[in-house]
Amino acid sequence: MKLSRRFATRVVLLVILLVFTAFFFLPVIWLLLAPTKTDGQLVTQAPFAFGSLRTLAHTFHRIISYDNYSLLVWLKNSAIYSFGGTALAILAAIPAGYGLALTHFIGRRTLLVITLIVMIMPATALVLPLFLEMDKIGLYGTIWSLILPFGFFPFGVYLAYIYFSSTIPSDLLAAARIDGAGEWRVFRYIALPLARPIVALVGFFALVASWNNFFLPFVMTYDSSQYPVQIGLNELIGSTASFNPANFSAGSGVTVLHRPDLAMAVILAIAPVLIVFLFAQRALVAGMLAGATKE
Amino acid sequence: MGASSVPVVPGGLERARRGAPKRERPPAGTSRIAGYFFVALYVGLLLLLGIAPVVYAIYLALTSGYGTSGGFGSNFVAAFTDYRFAPAIEHIAEFIGLWMVGQTILVVALTLILHNLAVRVGSLFRFLFYIPGALAGAASVVVWLFMLDPTASPFAFILHWLGYAQFDNTIAPANLPVIFAIMAFWTGAGGWIVVMYGALNNIPHELTESAQIDGVSTFKTALWIKLPLIRKWVVYMLILSFAGGTQLFVEPTVLASASLGVGVSSYWSPNQLAWFLASQYDKFNEAAAISVALLVIGLVVAAILVWRGRLFEVD
Repeated sequence: MKLSRRFATRVVLLVILLVFTAFFFLPVIWLLLAPTKTDGQLVTQAPFAFGSLRTLAHTFHRIISYDNYSLLVWLKNSAIYSFGGTALAILAAIPAGYGLALTHFIGRRTLLVITLIVMIMPATALVLPLFLEMDKIGLYGTIWSLILPFGFFPFGVYLAYIYFSSTIPSDLLAAARIDGAGEWRVFRYIALPLARPIVALVGFFALVASWNNFFLPFVMTYDSSQYPVQIGLNELIGSTASFNPANFSAGSGVTVLHRPDLAMAVILAIAPVLIVFLFAQRALVAGMLAGATKE
Repeated sequence: MGASSVPVVPGGLERARRGAPKRERPPAGTSRIAGYFFVALYVGLLLLLGIAPVVYAIYLALTSGYGTSGGFGSNFVAAFTDYRFAPAIEHIAEFIGLWMVGQTILVVALTLILHNLAVRVGSLFRFLFYIPGALAGAASVVVWLFMLDPTASPFAFILHWLGYAQFDNTIAPANLPVIFAIMAFWTGAGGWIVVMYGALNNIPHELTESAQIDGVSTFKTALWIKLPLIRKWVVYMLILSFAGGTQLFVEPTVLASASLGVGVSSYWSPNQLAWFLASQYDKFNEAAAISVALLVIGLVVAAILVWRGRLFEVD
């Protein structure tokens, strides 16, 4: 009696897990399969049927060459904005984290508190103020209106701060200082060689955050040639027949895209982040927990 | 970023507090100039991109510019009495309510279930749940356009059962808060599950083991021993979700592109309305007023967490 009840509980829990696995994971599988089918097949075939490699090649070619290779331009823009921002974020965050953790100066604690507050505050809250500011100082519409905000990454500073406080014993630094090493030499020859994991971690988070950002480039760019791929995707929806039938009423002259094309575009847009995600999963989880688990 | 950015979790500070002894101040001989040198670039960015925009937005919100009558607070009055403002607040209130309740129940339940599985099986599920986090931004909304399209979705049977035959049936205005809540849950929940799971692993094994020996059921162990130990993270998730939810922008904006404005207006959420006022009517002052209001919510929430939450360590 007791055993069968326990068994029943197990079954119920398993069913719940499977339902949520379907919820979280099937959309991804569906997305990966969609470009192998034509729009018609998308409707008629089973949702998780594989179309053909030939159709996949056609879809790929159609979306890449769409509107004079716009998608490639958008991907290139995304790379410029997010790698530029990430480089700046690392350059600023690693020394700042070190300075906050291992040096002493007036205002250090205040800076730390401000960093925490900005880090916790939703980043989107700053987007419109940033737009107003960039418009005022004449950077609106330039790549700096994106690279600079992407490079301002308090979370990275905080991660670096935690890292340096917990990995470098201050005795070691004190010894180096007594031996006559200047502050810069201490940083350069003791802290930096140890900093590789934190550089990777900060770089990863900054890259993902800026690559996936939508709101900021949405307000900062106004021409298709400036769009990063996230904004490009939004643009493509407008050219997709089944989501915007009215756009294609009577020979409007616009090239019509179909759902498999749009799915292909999404895959290409997320591929860089997804690849980093898969390879860096361990580092990523470690960073999110920032040591919440016991070692 | 929408309401669904990957949660940033502060747990580590806990360890820093419990584990490591308080860091000693660097020796007195250390020069102060060096510290300023190391933080200089970051402080420059903070001033230019963190402080200055806030100050400028407040300035705009309090002064008159393009087409406003002026007077202290008039921009706030104008923005808050705009006929589009109250509906925008209603929309996100409904969205946040659904999302927070749904997310809290499901994240906690799924974490507790996963924590009962063998470690390896549990980590596989956690990984699968976490994958959608890579699709934050517009990509996840596009994925959900497909999922909500009854003619192509793998979940079509559910949509048909609900009586939706066409895409525009699904995205009827009344459904939007639920739809955005599902999108936000889809991208964000996995991250929170990872976090809660990590917190659960801090529970000493002896505790759950002795409970088991004493004949406490798995269910009761979860409810009475494990749940209280992750309560702090649940509160943290609720507070962050609330602040993030007020900022909703990506989801309604991208969905509006898919419906040609039939289902979703371009001022569905307050952030959208602020952008709409600035970009369509050059009402920068009113837009600033709305974003200052949203900013205050974010700031208050962050300040509460830093000073009262005791989740973060500032040595």
